Amino acid sequence: MTSTRTDLRAWALMLPLLVVILGVVSWPLASTVHLSLTDAGMAARSGNFVGLGNFTRNLGSGAFRAAFVNTAWFTAVSVSAELVLGVLAALLLNQEFRGRSFLRALMILPWALPTVVNAILWRLIYNPEYGALNSALYQLGLIDAYRSWLGQPSSAMMAMVVADVWKNFPLVGLISLAALQSVPRETLAAAIVDGAGPWARFRHVMLPYLAGPLMIAIVLRTIEAFKVFDIVWIMTRGGPANSTRTLSILVYQEAFSFQRAGSGASLALIVTLVVMMLAVAYVAIMRRTALRV
Amino acid sequence: MERRSPAFTLFVYAAAALLGVCLVLPIFWLFVMSVSPASDLAAKPLRWWPEHLDLSRYRLLLTWAENTTGKDFLSALRNSLTVAGMAVAAALAVAVPAAWAVSRRPSIEWSLQVLIMTYMLPPVALAVPLYMGLAALGLLNSVFGLALIYLSILAPFTTWLLKSGFDAIPRDLEAAAAIDGARLDQTLRIVILPLAAPVLSTAALFALLLAWDEFFYALLFTADQRAKTVTVAIADIAGGRIADYGLIAAAGVLAALPPLLIGALMQRAIVAGLTGGGVKG
Repeated sequence: MTSTRTDLRAWALMLPLLVVILGVVSWPLASTVHLSLTDAGMAARSGNFVGLGNFTRNLGSGAFRAAFVNTAWFTAVSVSAELVLGVLAALLLNQEFRGRSFLRALMILPWALPTVVNAILWRLIYNPEYGALNSALYQLGLIDAYRSWLGQPSSAMMAMVVADVWKNFPLVGLISLAALQSVPRETLAAAIVDGAGPWARFRHVMLPYLAGPLMIAIVLRTIEAFKVFDIVWIMTRGGPANSTRTLSILVYQEAFSFQRAGSGASLALIVTLVVMMLAVAYVAIMRRTALRV
Repeated sequence: MERRSPAFTLFVYAAAALLGVCLVLPIFWLFVMSVSPASDLAAKPLRWWPEHLDLSRYRLLLTWAENTTGKDFLSALRNSLTVAGMAVAAALAVAVPAAWAVSRRPSIEWSLQVLIMTYMLPPVALAVPLYMGLAALGLLNSVFGLALIYLSILAPFTTWLLKSGFDAIPRDLEAAAAIDGARLDQTLRIVILPLAAPVLSTAALFALLLAWDEFFYALLFTADQRAKTVTVAIADIAGGRIADYGLIAAAGVLAALPPLLIGALMQRAIVAGLTGGGVKG
């Protein structure tokens, strides 16, 4: 059988998948690009061509910049915390102790809990009048009056980050644990014989095995965090005073609440571009560090 | 292994206990809230352990009667199951041939890598045209419309998972089947799929979790009991004027139960899938 014929057959087998993606992803994306160049509303879909007007206006707007900063802050803080806590949990689970496999099984729970349920659970915990956090801190004598954790700009974003980190650090932990367990025991034993301390063992023996999987986890978590919508929508809807309004929330409001489809589309494309640049940057860094460790 | 000092052993157990508490406490508290009488939850400070077991919220949510929260919630559970079931079945149907093609013809693997990139797109970048498209097709507020969109989310990564499973199946088996005169579809059905059963079920369960979890598109594209999924329904309950936090908690527990069970059952497969597929990619 010739190679072209088998190639053709392979493409034929790919066809249903390609049709689905073309119809449900590529076509809408192209349509969003088109919309972003118009002043279309949600009801009257054909707007006037305005060129890059939506982009320049939105990039210059204070609302966009504030949402960008919020999103970047949320992403940077949650992903770093998930990374640190995940690796620490993996180092712990890599030790031998009784109940280790049970504890590892528990790591699945936050990951499996639906995102929306997680957001609602933490909203209940942070409730200003009847929340568990207020009650616990008050009874421990750490605060003398109940606080509105999600109702104040100073604490709302951090409260949301905690909820996101709790749900996602176990995933980073499980990925790191699998990587740690692929470190050959002989290599580790040799390092100990050579007198390598805990830090040297981590840095020179474990990190080379950890770096690749961890990088993939960071890329995936960063992309997810930058697109964050669900947890914000449930916990604060972007408030108070827009202090937790992320880019996805801003796009949603622009397109669906204010019915400005064209402007919303331009914002959505800006978010997409940033996510892609982040992914490309990570892959480039990963290639470079892969050569070094 | 290095011998550990007693102090270090103590530290390991203390850290393990702390990690265990952190992982379980929030979920356990959700459950406690769901069975605590409303008066306990409205106490200041809270009554941490219920005076008596109050199962009224579960009764309310699981009773099918006209114009009740129960009917809303139960139809949402039904819709979630229908949408996720249809989307997962369709995703596997398109993923099996595609994954096999990519696994056996590495020269076209780039096409799958391009499709995987769609994962980077924020849903907001597709939402407006999808909304208009579904409206034009009469598929707004329909389980079929939502399942179609979920199919596009599930199919690329299901294909990716299946491909790494198919890669592990020796080609000799197909050659032998071809010599015996089997057609391609017969080879796939009789030889490949049974061998790929473990990876097929992992992919299906993964896809099911993802579909069950989805909120953004469901929020936009569904409006009432005919299509609202469970994520939207509990967001409604939590966002409404309900003063009883126990009811919100109970709805959360019920919505979380299926994925938590699946997660507990397939924890080994999840870790293997997340690392194996990810690391090799």
